[in-house]
Amino acid sequence: MNSKPSASDARIDWQDDGVACLVIEGEWLKHSRIERSERILTQLRDTPCSRLVVQTEGLTDWDSRLPSFLLHVIRECGKRDIPCDFQQIPAGAHDLLQLALAVPERAGARRSGKSPAFFHGFSRYVFGLVNDGRHLVVFIGELVLALATLLCGRARFRGVDLAIFIQDAGPGGFVIVSIISLLVGLILAFVGALQLAMFGAQIYIADLVALGTVREMGPLMTAIIMSGRTGAAYAAQLGTMTVNSEIDALRTMGISPMEFLVLPRTLALVLMMPLLTLYACLMGIVGGGLVSNLAFNITLIQYYNQIIKAVDLYDVSIGFFKSAVFAVLIAIAGCRRGMQCGRSASAVGDAATASVVDSIIYLVVADSIMTLICNALGI
Amino acid sequence: MKEAHIVVKNLTMAYGSFVIQRKLDFTIARGDVFIIMGGSGCGKSTLLKHLIGLQRPVVGDVLYGNRNFWQADDAQRQAVMRRVGVLYQSGALFSSMTLAENVALPLTEFTGFSRSEIRAMVAYKLALVGLAGFEDYYPSEISGGMQKRAGLARAMALDPEILFFDEPSAGLDPVSARLLDDLIVSLNQTLGTTIVVVTHELASIFAIGTNAVFLDSDSKTLLATGAPKTLLAESRDPRILRFLTRGEMSAAPVAGVQVP
Repeated sequence: MNSKPSASDARIDWQDDGVACLVIEGEWLKHSRIERSERILTQLRDTPCSRLVVQTEGLTDWDSRLPSFLLHVIRECGKRDIPCDFQQIPAGAHDLLQLALAVPERAGARRSGKSPAFFHGFSRYVFGLVNDGRHLVVFIGELVLALATLLCGRARFRGVDLAIFIQDAGPGGFVIVSIISLLVGLILAFVGALQLAMFGAQIYIADLVALGTVREMGPLMTAIIMSGRTGAAYAAQLGTMTVNSEIDALRTMGISPMEFLVLPRTLALVLMMPLLTLYACLMGIVGGGLVSNLAFNITLIQYYNQIIKAVDLYDVSIGFFKSAVFAVLIAIAGCRRGMQCGRSASAVGDAATASVVDSIIYLVVADSIMTLICNALGI
Repeated sequence: MKEAHIVVKNLTMAYGSFVIQRKLDFTIARGDVFIIMGGSGCGKSTLLKHLIGLQRPVVGDVLYGNRNFWQADDAQRQAVMRRVGVLYQSGALFSSMTLAENVALPLTEFTGFSRSEIRAMVAYKLALVGLAGFEDYYPSEISGGMQKRAGLARAMALDPEILFFDEPSAGLDPVSARLLDDLIVSLNQTLGTTIVVVTHELASIFAIGTNAVFLDSDSKTLLATGAPKTLLAESRDPRILRFLTRGEMSAAPVAGVQVP
């Protein structure tokens, strides 16, 4: 029987009285090649037998591979109510199998791998959206309440935190805002100037750049930068705090996380973003000036005078107002996703992603609405 | 004398200039259930980090068999680490993977098993730790004790020669802790796995330990080695006795040893 001891094999000997004998031979180690272990299971499935006996006389060496295979066999037999006799296997493997079988599967624990039907999945998606919207409304409500306590002077948060967030949301974003707005100003000037030059109206580059950056591009670009930079950071910070149960800890201490965490972040953004936006507009206008001076022969004095005529305080205050609204939206998107983050490392990443997606949608929708209103009012 | 599995020679551990423990010398024999014990903050977990290659010793060596772990190159070190399983304090499961995927990861990376065989192996390892049927759960969906057991299933995935446990009973109820101890002992006895446990849980120290080292945070070195029961019966050092009796010893201070 043991002519080739290194051949690792499993086979079934059928006996007359309906007893199947599972014979296991050779070496059952991680690196062994065991050809027919798969086929055994199909054989067992296809042929009825009254009892299964496992025999391991020819077994030379084994590791986890043997008990894992036997456990699979035992489970298959168990499904068909075939009694399984594995008394004759090596004592160690027997003990391990006993251990593995000691705790029965908890009923209902196993999940079916079937994916849900299309309409099931679709309706779940829609209900998820509805739930999400409801959560958003609740969150905004809580934020308003927290603001109310702040106005009453009873909001609990640490001044140090506010200072850190202001530092981070304001001066911290200086470099990237400078670069992006300068380049946006350059691009606006170039694209506009090529058209205007056809009419010989290059001087109106100044109007185009100034109005474009002050009313639209300045606030919007700053907001998009801040949603990626600060909004996502808020989502990640609050998400990690959720994972570590820090938010639970605040709640049980009787400190509202809305006041302690969300309020200072929102305040910092609302205070800093309009200032950053003003700065971004300035940089955009400088960029436009560079292009018109270097490429289209407009002196800087002409450019300056034209801008002073084109832009009035209305335009500046509209940009200022827009950026304050954007700041609130970014803070809401970031903090909300962080607060409702799941409890795993990947959930923090998902929260950061979702916060950026949310805030960009909020920004574009809000910007469209505000532009429409400005148009209707004629300002 | 049993064959030495891990030898620690003249090991000094420090964070920067802050010395945790100095001049540690001890041997973990093959097939031991070796306990690293000592009060809080004495450097038990730091010692574990030195043994499993997460932190380089300031002075001294760690030998796996005959191989000097810290003087070997990266490839050799990885080969050693592949024969070792570690159960971290909170399980350290990958939270974005299901339990089955967690356990399957080392199997898919380091063995040539077919997918159905990996599935069978995962089912077996999870059944061993009493988690049969929980294959498709994410770590965040199960309790802390279950996470710990799933972490053990992952640590055992490759049938390691040495299993390290960092505070296995921390955060478990007494019954679960006892079951985990039983599991450790049966792994040790059926597979001959060398077990190294960092713990200060007296019940499990006496229940499972066959050899131990006692670290002290004041003198910054080890006070004794030996089986925990022998230490309790024979040690004359009041610091060890106080630890092993939860401070309830009534023996008079031994002459020549200052009680801190």
